[in-house]
Amino acid sequence: MYRYDEFDAAFVADRLNQFSDQVQRRLSGELTEEQFRIHRLMNGVYLQLHAYMLRIAIPYGTLSPRQLRKLAHIARRYDKGFGHFTTRQNIQFNWPALKDIPAILGELASVEMHAIQTSGNCIRNVTADHFAGAAADEIEDPRPYAEILRQWSSIHPEFTYLPRKFKLALSGSPHDRAAIQVHDIGYQLVKNDKGDTGFAVFVGGGLGRTPMVGHKIRDFLAPQDLLAYTQAIVRVYNLEGRRDNKYKARIKILVHEKGFEAMREAVEAEFAADKNELLALPQSEIDRISAYFAPPDLEERPAQSQALTARRASDPAFGAFADTNVAKHRQPGYGLLTISLKPIGGIPGDATAEQMELVAELAETFGHDEIRVSHEQNLVLPHVALDDLPAIYDALAAQGLATANAGLISDIISCPGMDYCSLATARSIPVAQRISERFADGPRAKEIGAMKIKISGCINACGHHHVGHIGILGLERKGVETYQLTLGGSADEGCKLGDITGPGFSYEDVVDAIETVVDTYVGLRTSADEDFLRAYRRVGMAPFKKALYERDSGSDI
Amino acid sequence: MTLYKNGSFVHDSWITIHEGEEISPAGHVIAPLSWWQAERQAFAESHVPIGIRVEPGATIDDFIADLPRFALIALVIPKFQDGRAYSTARLLRERHGFKGELRAIGEVLIDQIQPMLRCGFDAFEISDPVTQAALEAGRIPGVTHFYQPGVNEAPQAGARPWLRQV
Amino acid sequence: MSQVISANRLSDGIVVFRASGGAWVEQLRDAEILPDASAVKAAMGLVEKDVLANHVIEVAAFDVAVKGDHVEPVHLRDKIRAKGPTTHPDHGKQAAL
Ligand code: HEM
Ligand code: SF4
Repeated sequence: MYRYDEFDAAFVADRLNQFSDQVQRRLSGELTEEQFRIHRLMNGVYLQLHAYMLRIAIPYGTLSPRQLRKLAHIARRYDKGFGHFTTRQNIQFNWPALKDIPAILGELASVEMHAIQTSGNCIRNVTADHFAGAAADEIEDPRPYAEILRQWSSIHPEFTYLPRKFKLALSGSPHDRAAIQVHDIGYQLVKNDKGDTGFAVFVGGGLGRTPMVGHKIRDFLAPQDLLAYTQAIVRVYNLEGRRDNKYKARIKILVHEKGFEAMREAVEAEFAADKNELLALPQSEIDRISAYFAPPDLEERPAQSQALTARRASDPAFGAFADTNVAKHRQPGYGLLTISLKPIGGIPGDATAEQMELVAELAETFGHDEIRVSHEQNLVLPHVALDDLPAIYDALAAQGLATANAGLISDIISCPGMDYCSLATARSIPVAQRISERFADGPRAKEIGAMKIKISGCINACGHHHVGHIGILGLERKGVETYQLTLGGSADEGCKLGDITGPGFSYEDVVDAIETVVDTYVGLRTSADEDFLRAYRRVGMAPFKKALYERDSGSDI
Repeated sequence: MTLYKNGSFVHDSWITIHEGEEISPAGHVIAPLSWWQAERQAFAESHVPIGIRVEPGATIDDFIADLPRFALIALVIPKFQDGRAYSTARLLRERHGFKGELRAIGEVLIDQIQPMLRCGFDAFEISDPVTQAALEAGRIPGVTHFYQPGVNEAPQAGARPWLRQV
Repeated sequence: MSQVISANRLSDGIVVFRASGGAWVEQLRDAEILPDASAVKAAMGLVEKDVLANHVIEVAAFDVAVKGDHVEPVHLRDKIRAKGPTTHPDHGKQAAL
């Protein structure tokens, strides 16, 4: 993975000093809250319901064991012994004191981490496919480009006061696991007719109160133009994006109001005008950065693992784990292991310090020192030998980390909701917990099959509910929580926003409503191979609506 | 209000003219862009120094043809969070080679001085007392390592060679 | 409706409530109950100096229902602020209750 050189380290140290100075000036009263807010936000410090929250970037979701151990240490020393992994490949701590934050950032800097630009109206943490560099279907590892974008966008003088936040995501595979089409800019590595690798570029996607799927602005962008083209998009946005209303300030609104064609022309004109400058990426530099991401030397192994087969025969729970949580690696005899942070009835995305330390240790012993954080709020060991799975499984089980539910109904994305977030209109975590308890990870969950439930506690959509197969949006009506359901959304290459079923459901009834949707699907699917999304796209909303609303309970509003 | 330019506070030899006010034929005025657009004929033959004030909604195309005529361009920062002028400044300096004074006016605060300098501003009208005090003390908060060379900055050792260099 | 004034402490962000006499306390039961809008307005006027002195941020009044000597916030959000996350009974103020 990428290692800081002297320059990177000095840069982070510098920023730490700058922010420590700002914190001191705030605590001494030299800066007002209004003046300070923008700085604390640009350094990942929010104020939530109970306390401050610190959001730390995990660029493109790649972590080393040393870094994860440091996060565990921070959880224990400055927080309440846990951290929360988010859909943006960040980790959030919910209880740090402002006065301790410079110290925390100092600890992070010692392991090449920071919280720069995890908030604020700037270019945020760059995210990428959590299976990057290992997936069987990958064209090229997107992380070198993500790293280049990360460096280029760090404290960019021109783009530090954008109209609104700006999110970049990259995918290296045709199967999009990074939800790139709901980002401000999404980059998809593709091959053109000549066999060259480049990017298809999407612009203007986003969720929030006006969800939109991105438009493909370029079918093919040569890698050396990555920064110049990105600069062109961000510059047009910086100059033309709305600043009169923060709810209309994202680039998706500009694209919508200006018209996609006009936007495309403006970006292309800006790109053409700037083209001669030296923002072009030389191949030697792409190669230099790529070398950091060279795949580990994986010893050859038989495609079929005897150890795995033997254990499977004697232990069905292990078998279920191996079936659901291991994805296909490009090298035979290896797998990509998803460590679910969705224990049944647990808080999606939370990990304790002990759990983080265990995962760090497993990565060292079995995982070639690599850990990934997925936007689905799980951890991933991207290079494990199938032969080692039994040992890994036993170690995980001892820490409550062996839930066999990756991609199943209890693998739920949930934002913090009203339990932490000051913007929330309803709770989301307890809803996730109750759904998880209802369906669990046993035979019923397996029979239901692939299912992505995504929950947000308000229209900001941090829980990606619009693109959940089943989306749940917590709202408030007349002082009580109510939950609106959407069906048929998807964040992958077939990106689509879900359709609202109709009136919302109460906190008490929402889990029953989900069960109604699930039972309806199981009843009408052509076979177990037709997953929820396909079945929904075949039959549409009508049968679900009927089941949900043409009965006595459920529709309480 | 004070004027901070090239590292120190200096006397402001320019007079700011508002909509409808008379322009002295001797120039040295900073007038609204709209005034320039209406009066440019009257000054076609004169060589007095002219400055214009550009609101953030305006695009460069509105005045780019007359660029050589301006000795000063003042970009309005209506709120410190409004970053439009940063792009405008870079375009003026880098793409259009503007060599005159590029002045930030409006809500100019200490923590934005560094990024503004890096985008090509060289003069700042200061009215915030905290900013005034910090500048007087020679304290411009910021970082010293950059991934992107700024306008008119020589690239630093270690800065990414593939990035734009001036 | 009765109200209580709350804020977050600048130094650590912890939720605090205004007690009579102007101190900031961590538990709602120790807060001053302001019976009506004019009491809230008067108290808010006094709070101003704490904001200017940078002790607290995000000052706001919220509705409470008073039954005997028990005070309960009316809205879920304020209940959660006064107790802690419903998902972590051992975190937040509820841990000390
Ligand atoms: C708890 C403090 C948080 C606050 C105050 C917050 C605030 C917001 C706001 C205001 C938006 C809407 C932005 C817009 O549409 O312009 C948003 C969107 C989003 N946030 Fe959060 N958020 C928080 C936590 C999280 C967490 C925990 C996650 C990850 C689980 C997250 C990930 C996202 C994502 C993915 C979006 C929608 C995608 C998009 O940007 O369009 N946020 N957030
Ligand atoms: S969706 Fe709303 S409630 Fe959930 S974290 Fe985002 S802002 Fe908070």
